[in-house]
Amino acid sequence: MFRLEARTSTPAWFNLALPLLAIAATLVLCSGLIAIAGAGVVDAYGVMLSASLGDSYAITETLVRAAPMIFTGLAVAIAFRAKFWNIGAEGQLLAGAVASCFVGAIPMPGYLAMLLMALAGAAAGALVALVPATLRVKFKVDDVVSSLLLNSVIYYALMALIEGPWKDSFSGYPISPPIEDSANFPVLMEGTRLHLGVIVALIAAPLCWFLIARTTLGFRIRVTGENPEAARYGGINVQRVLLSTALLSGALAGLAGVGEVGGVHFQVMSDISPGYGYSGIVVAMLARLNPLGVVPAAIFLAAVMTGAEAMSRATGVPAFLSDVIQGTALLAMLVALLFTAYRIRRVGAPA
Amino acid sequence: MSAPLIEMRGITKSFGAVKANEAVDLSVAPGEILGLLGENGAGKTTLMNVLFGAYAPDAGEILVEGRPVAIHNSADALAAGIGMVHQHFHLAPRLTVLENLLIGIPGKSGRIDRARGLARLNEIGRQYGLSLDPNLPVSALSVGEQQRLEIIKALFRGAKLLILDEPTAVLAPSEVDGLFAALRSMATQGLGIIFISHKLNEVRALTHRCVVLRHGKVAGRVDHPAQTTSAEMAKLMCGHEIVPPTKEASSPGAAVLTLDGISTSGHAGTPLRDVSLSVRSGEILGIAGVSGNGQRALADVISGMLPPRAGAMTIAGKAVARFSPRELQALGLGRIPEDRMTTGLVTNLPLADSMVLPRIGTEAFSRKGLLNPAAIRAFAEEQIKAYDIRCPGPMVRAGALSGGNLQKALLARELAFDPKVLIVSQPTRGLDIGAARFIHEKFLAMRAKGCGIIVIGEDLEELLMLSDRIAVMYEGRIAGTLPSADATVARLGLMMTGAGHTEEAA
Ligand SMILES: Nc1ncnc2c1ncn2[C@@H]1O[C@H](COP(=O)(O)OP(=O)(O)O)[C@@H](O)[C@H]1O
Ligand SMILES: [Mg+2]
Repeated sequence: MFRLEARTSTPAWFNLALPLLAIAATLVLCSGLIAIAGAGVVDAYGVMLSASLGDSYAITETLVRAAPMIFTGLAVAIAFRAKFWNIGAEGQLLAGAVASCFVGAIPMPGYLAMLLMALAGAAAGALVALVPATLRVKFKVDDVVSSLLLNSVIYYALMALIEGPWKDSFSGYPISPPIEDSANFPVLMEGTRLHLGVIVALIAAPLCWFLIARTTLGFRIRVTGENPEAARYGGINVQRVLLSTALLSGALAGLAGVGEVGGVHFQVMSDISPGYGYSGIVVAMLARLNPLGVVPAAIFLAAVMTGAEAMSRATGVPAFLSDVIQGTALLAMLVALLFTAYRIRRVGAPA
Repeated sequence: MSAPLIEMRGITKSFGAVKANEAVDLSVAPGEILGLLGENGAGKTTLMNVLFGAYAPDAGEILVEGRPVAIHNSADALAAGIGMVHQHFHLAPRLTVLENLLIGIPGKSGRIDRARGLARLNEIGRQYGLSLDPNLPVSALSVGEQQRLEIIKALFRGAKLLILDEPTAVLAPSEVDGLFAALRSMATQGLGIIFISHKLNEVRALTHRCVVLRHGKVAGRVDHPAQTTSAEMAKLMCGHEIVPPTKEASSPGAAVLTLDGISTSGHAGTPLRDVSLSVRSGEILGIAGVSGNGQRALADVISGMLPPRAGAMTIAGKAVARFSPRELQALGLGRIPEDRMTTGLVTNLPLADSMVLPRIGTEAFSRKGLLNPAAIRAFAEEQIKAYDIRCPGPMVRAGALSGGNLQKALLARELAFDPKVLIVSQPTRGLDIGAARFIHEKFLAMRAKGCGIIVIGEDLEELLMLSDRIAVMYEGRIAGTLPSADATVARLGLMMTGAGHTEEAA
């Protein structure tokens, strides 16, 4: 017989072992689905792996997909540290995309445009995140619900924009006008889509780690998240910390949208994000809310996404498997987190 | 005496290198109340968890009514007639009293048999004088009532032996009397009881026999607790004499904290009504009173958690303007909260973080928004050494420390900055004699250095021993203030009921 016993401490290597365990469990569970779909499990995963990480072009494609999820992952990780339940990274990303597209369409020197696009996108994301945070601080409105619902509000506002004032009058497609060519983010490697935004995302992760681990704001975020009462007693303005966290989190999610506009699509359309904001939650959980862990977690999900398309083409397994893997990975990670608080112990056979 | 109800023989249990129990023998007869004493960490809880089936012993055996039994889990223990009330309750807060009792007890055809449960609940109520409204949700019960529910739960499941792990640590003195009456009535009716505590006066008043543990071993047995002095028992517990700290005469100086006509509202507990008091440098002011008479609000106002509706406060002669924790700290106030775990510390973060929390924004621990991890760590290490805080190091989770060590950590974090005034609530609640003694010594040392201290407490003997003056709170007011020399437990007790006002310029 087995049973759960409370742990007094959690070993440090768990931070690495638990996500790997969750990912392994996910791949095992999903292999059942692949088999049901009639494909060879090893073949299918083999195609996924080679298509996502098999050569340098595949790797750059995976990194391009990972970049927005690094930003949304960081946004969620920082918010969750303060127990500000920001489920709204998707909406904040879209707001960032729209704002940067506005700015990018104005003719001006390239680097100035890119800088202003980033600022505008970050500001738009921050403002959107401020809404659920303010509602919570002032009126005790549940932030999970309000931030989640706001995603729909922003999405339909974006639709209204591209179906209305932004609609391409020539072709009639619901897409925004493109940004200026000079505002397109420079490509770092000839023949690939690896753009400047990817590097910015990779740099943002250690910066966020530094913020959380080494600054007084990060300290206040951590303490407020773990015990708001002790924080208040210790002289921390808990409401201000929550609002600052929201601004920071929203700005990061907004930057995800900036990268998609400036580096990938150069305009805004209805499907500019295939749910990168929601994937950010999975990324943050796999990373155990550690900003440094966000990078590998985002690359894993990106590899699954790029790999799933190739697998679908090669084996006929629907590409939706990518979504299933994401969802399963989140559930597996939540189950794995149980082991931070409990251990499994064998006990003698029942009497 | 009849054959033992239960007997533990040669119980040994280790956790890694720590021998929590070593060759412990213990027995309880029907109708007997056995006291189990020992300092924090002596192994009392572990021993009882072995008896209750939560841990398997490394060696030793358990006999119930003379027969050896194997107890692997709480179901086995309950089947053997052993019930336990843990230090931390195991109740479902949203369910009612009756529903909590019936959890895991299937009635006919798997349905819950409310009627039978209700009948049994009434029977237990009559038999032992333990009653509770069966339809109240547990979340509406006070801590004392939750404990009563845990006791009823054990009896409900047919316990013949009841284990209570430090039941009085969470109770107000008035509730303790009620608990003792119920326990005595159970014993008279033939139940065996194991009562864990480190409060010697309680053990002497209640138990028939005691076993004292020290470092996991039986350090001694006391056959007639009522006739044994507390000092003798304390010596068995600690292994050395405990001498009460000596309080030097002091000559209080100027007022370091004054409250003038403070009234509050918008607080869960009893509000303050026109409270005025002052503490002078080098003076300890005790605040006595039956809990719930405004002590919480008083502590919250002084420590900056509750801005008052009316009135003024000064610290070291300066008027308090915003009543925020930061402002008060800057003026020289040190604070130790009543609830160490929820208000004082962040249990999931490293101990060092909790130790620097109130001063994280100061030059000592950060500059221009950047933390100074080396300074934080060095500070924590220094205080751990200075206060003999037993822990693996500054990076250990704060929640892993015992109550006494947590209290030392909180004391260290305040005293390191030489406060001019210190406010503490229930400073030694739940601490063993050694740790309490340490805290008392620190207070007296601060007093000698000229700090003014307010001690809010329920333990009158402690207040009498520490204080220079004692103010009594009643229904949100100061009912009177006495110099300790004129105060006795009886006189304070009278004032605490609202009778016998003694006004003196406080
Ligand atoms: N689950 C556990 N894992 C490791 N050590 C433990 C555990 N439970 C208790 N201990 C250790 O065993 C000793 C006895 O603890 P405990 O039985 O809780 O003492 P008491 O109840 O007398 O305060 C302590 O040193 C404690 O740290
Ligand atoms: Mg204990």
